[in-house]
Amino acid sequence: MHAFNYEAPSTLADALKIMKAHGDKARPICGGTDLLIQMRAGVRQPDFIVDIKRIKEMRELKFNARTGLRLGAVVSCIDVAENAEMQRHYPGLTEAAHLIGSLQIQNRASVGGNLCNGSPAADTTPALIALRARGRIVGPRSEREVPVEEFVVSPGRTILKPGELLVQLMIPAPAPHSSDAYLRFIPRNEMDIAVVGVGASVTLNGDTIKAARIGLGAVAATPLFADKASESLIGKKLDEHALATAARLASEQASPIDDMRGTAEYRIHVTGVLTRRALTIATERARKH
Amino acid sequence: MAKKTLVEANINGEVVEFLCEPRQSLLECLRDVLELTGSKEGCLTGDCGACSVLVDGRAVCSCLMLGVEAQGKNIRTVEGLADGTTLHPLQQKFLEHASLQCGICTPGFLMSATALLERNSNPTEAEVRYALAGNLCRCTGYDKIVRAVLDAAGSIRSGVKTSRAA
Repeated sequence: MHAFNYEAPSTLADALKIMKAHGDKARPICGGTDLLIQMRAGVRQPDFIVDIKRIKEMRELKFNARTGLRLGAVVSCIDVAENAEMQRHYPGLTEAAHLIGSLQIQNRASVGGNLCNGSPAADTTPALIALRARGRIVGPRSEREVPVEEFVVSPGRTILKPGELLVQLMIPAPAPHSSDAYLRFIPRNEMDIAVVGVGASVTLNGDTIKAARIGLGAVAATPLFADKASESLIGKKLDEHALATAARLASEQASPIDDMRGTAEYRIHVTGVLTRRALTIATERARKH
Repeated sequence: MAKKTLVEANINGEVVEFLCEPRQSLLECLRDVLELTGSKEGCLTGDCGACSVLVDGRAVCSCLMLGVEAQGKNIRTVEGLADGTTLHPLQQKFLEHASLQCGICTPGFLMSATALLERNSNPTEAEVRYALAGNLCRCTGYDKIVRAVLDAAGSIRSGVKTSRAA
């Protein structure tokens, strides 16, 4: 690996100062499970590594039944996946966090880092999109909140400007009779990259769908919010016709590549299949809430 | 060359100080600086698990962690498993079940299995396989490894002396 400097500030203010001083030569490190691989491969060669794991507001995992979830950017995937409150209120997000790499990876990687890495196939991003998550971004002089579906702009690139840090993810409190699910298709059971990933959240009013959101992963240059498929469900019962329409619209929105894991045609098909299944699971869960 | 940093960590129950460059991985620090060569370098991408060690009780790939990130951490490597000349039950059962072929992957498997059994002393076979999914054996000796872990779990539950409190 190339030589670089390293600092591990304990406050956000100090981290921002360092990030500002080094501009685009600085890179934050959380779990490092993507960054160190990229640095070894020479894909990224930052002069300065800022370890953000000691920053208090980034380590928070706070759920409030009224205001929702504040998930610090460095909270590990395993801490999300194994948290009983998270499993109850956001089961789809815990499923996604529990699918990333191996346990060794989940013990280091974070949901925030997964998002910031900007992979089109990130597992937690479609689950976050389904949950209407927003990223709280803090820069040297400004602060902004951005919907997660706008966060990744192209493979490996995000809207973060030099000097900015993703501090927290904010997820609304689950509405009554709502729940979520995440499904991914990969060639083997563990340890692979998604061929297709689908996150879905559903809010019911009796048998009718009051709100729904579908997030898609690995089927476009960035994770997607399948807006047309989501909107098609509003006011409907989750019957065969509604599922078929949502599956078709989600597939239409997918624009995947061919690679060794699957052809574009196959990915488009699987997008529909997983959309159907994720919606069905989320709806079954919502009925129990 | 970037300036070397002094890192203090508890390694296998002992407070250790070592100097490293920021670019050195924890794996390099363990092997090259501290001469703990039990942890093996495999893929350097987090796929093979041969370099797995425990950091604050959790299995991690030491190739994907910087040595400087070990500051203040509690780290356990395969060298810390046995109690003097008494093998850890996992080590003993790996021997009894011949759960090793070339042996390169073994330290990683032992550490992942240790992390599992310290959290769950009565895992199902599926749970064992899931916990070991991040460890690859190129000799494909998986079945014997799984049997050894299940057997070790049994002997830990029945109170066979272990080298280390959970």
